[in-house]
Amino acid sequence: MEKTIFLVVAFFTLGSGLMVVTTRNLIHAALWLISTLFGVAVIFALLDAGFLAVVQVVVYIGAIAILFIFAVMLTRKDMRDQGPQMNRNWWIGALIAASSFGGLFFLLRGWSGLSRTASAIPSGFDAVNELGNALVSPTAYVLPFEVASVLLVAALVGAVYLAFNRK
Amino acid sequence: MDFWNDPLKTAADFLLNLFMGWGMSEIAAQILIGFLGVLILLSLLMVLDIFLVWLERKVVSRFQSRIGPNRVGPFGLIQPFADIIKLLIKEDITPTGADKVVYNLAPLLSMMSVLILWAVVPLAPTMLGVDLNVGALYIIAAGAIGTLSIIMAGWSSNNKYALIGAFREVAVLLSFEIPMLTVMLIPTIFAGSMGIAAITKAQDVWFVFLAPLAALIFLIAAIAELGRSPFDMGEAESELVAGYNIEYSGMKFGMFYAGELLHAFTFGGFWAILFFGGYRFFGLEQVSPFLAVAVVLFKALVGYWIIMWIKYTLLRIRIDHMLAFNWKFLTPLAFTLLMVTAFMNALLADASSWLYISSMFLSNVVLAWVALEIARVSSRRAREKAEGVKKVVEAHH
Repeated sequence: MEKTIFLVVAFFTLGSGLMVVTTRNLIHAALWLISTLFGVAVIFALLDAGFLAVVQVVVYIGAIAILFIFAVMLTRKDMRDQGPQMNRNWWIGALIAASSFGGLFFLLRGWSGLSRTASAIPSGFDAVNELGNALVSPTAYVLPFEVASVLLVAALVGAVYLAFNRK
Repeated sequence: MDFWNDPLKTAADFLLNLFMGWGMSEIAAQILIGFLGVLILLSLLMVLDIFLVWLERKVVSRFQSRIGPNRVGPFGLIQPFADIIKLLIKEDITPTGADKVVYNLAPLLSMMSVLILWAVVPLAPTMLGVDLNVGALYIIAAGAIGTLSIIMAGWSSNNKYALIGAFREVAVLLSFEIPMLTVMLIPTIFAGSMGIAAITKAQDVWFVFLAPLAALIFLIAAIAELGRSPFDMGEAESELVAGYNIEYSGMKFGMFYAGELLHAFTFGGFWAILFFGGYRFFGLEQVSPFLAVAVVLFKALVGYWIIMWIKYTLLRIRIDHMLAFNWKFLTPLAFTLLMVTAFMNALLADASSWLYISSMFLSNVVLAWVALEIARVSSRRAREKAEGVKKVVEAHH
């Protein structure tokens, strides 16, 4: 049952991802990107990571994708991309993609993790609580969390500096 | 008697037995029952929506000293059905140069973004769609899909007014999302969970008494999220004719319109659920789940009425004022309030409930007073500066 849902969602996500790079209309590409991100959110939900699924929708669809659309609308006069979709290095890209797929396939073929089923989540386990505690606990992820916050603050200060109108 | 105490579970069990009696597998039967539940909830909501049209028109007419619809049926109650028939038989126009798929998808997404909100609404202790442990964030996520539908409608219509309206509306929606999400974390702090059902259960004392300022900020942000006056920048009819939905006719326009009304009612409901105890009313919810549903619907209607009251009383604010109000006043205030509440909550963890409630209430009042003082001083300074400039210009002449 879950496998069927996963397969449908995975094909949907990958198909949308393919459409992002093949469609010629930039707004359509942004909308396909939104459906890709939505597919990823569904995969998070399937993995019992409800918090990540909802945050995926809020942050990626609600903010980032909308900003993409804004940027495209405000900077482009013509929404259609005219030039050729491939440049002459396409065969190198295809080769790298095929060899990494082949390599991963070869490596993961014998891996036992693929056939193992995840242990059931114990009842009363609050994933959001655990995540919150892990993010601020010194024995877990407080340092990466703070570094990410500092990075975001730096980006914010940079944006304000660029947009600031000196009188 | 079971049906009156726990109607959803009784009905689901009955249907499960029935379907399995017909030779269905248990999983198939459960999926079918899930679909049926969604279908029934959505149908009831759409029927409610039809009457909301009537209600809104009646209330606005009272605010404007009119009578409102009174020709078709008693008190004009049949009027919305006549309107629906009109909308259905109107010519369905797609403008030249419109992006057809996106154009047709937008009204659907707009309606959907409102309907999916009801998945987390606890109607009674035993009656709710899903008990998500991230309910508060889910509400914002559903709003993100609404934002998307507006920009899709504005862009695909191939109309300048629609695009300008969509830009303005989305600017407002994106900015007011931030104070809204921030104050939603305040009931989360009190309840210790982001789940809407847990927040309702934790309200032995309505959270509005613990955080009146948060309730007020939520209401203001909700009105802006709804795109209603005084924040109806997206459809400022004197400037933009109608805004993002200008090119839509017939039932596609009807979807936007009905979605907006149901959205307003839903946010009245969320205001009631987050700050006014949801289905709880002096133990009435223990008597019968049906009474609990009546209580939550009544509270949602009161919230909806307040939103209408504000809409039909206040004038539209200019867009720069609106964004400045959000970014320079509401957002910092919401962040400060969140920090103060979290700090007080940690400080008073072991205090008696009376001390807890009164100090929370007082901290809200003090914070509101300080914020208003700061706003007053800075606005006076801005005014003096502007008047000084004017005097210089006048002296020059």
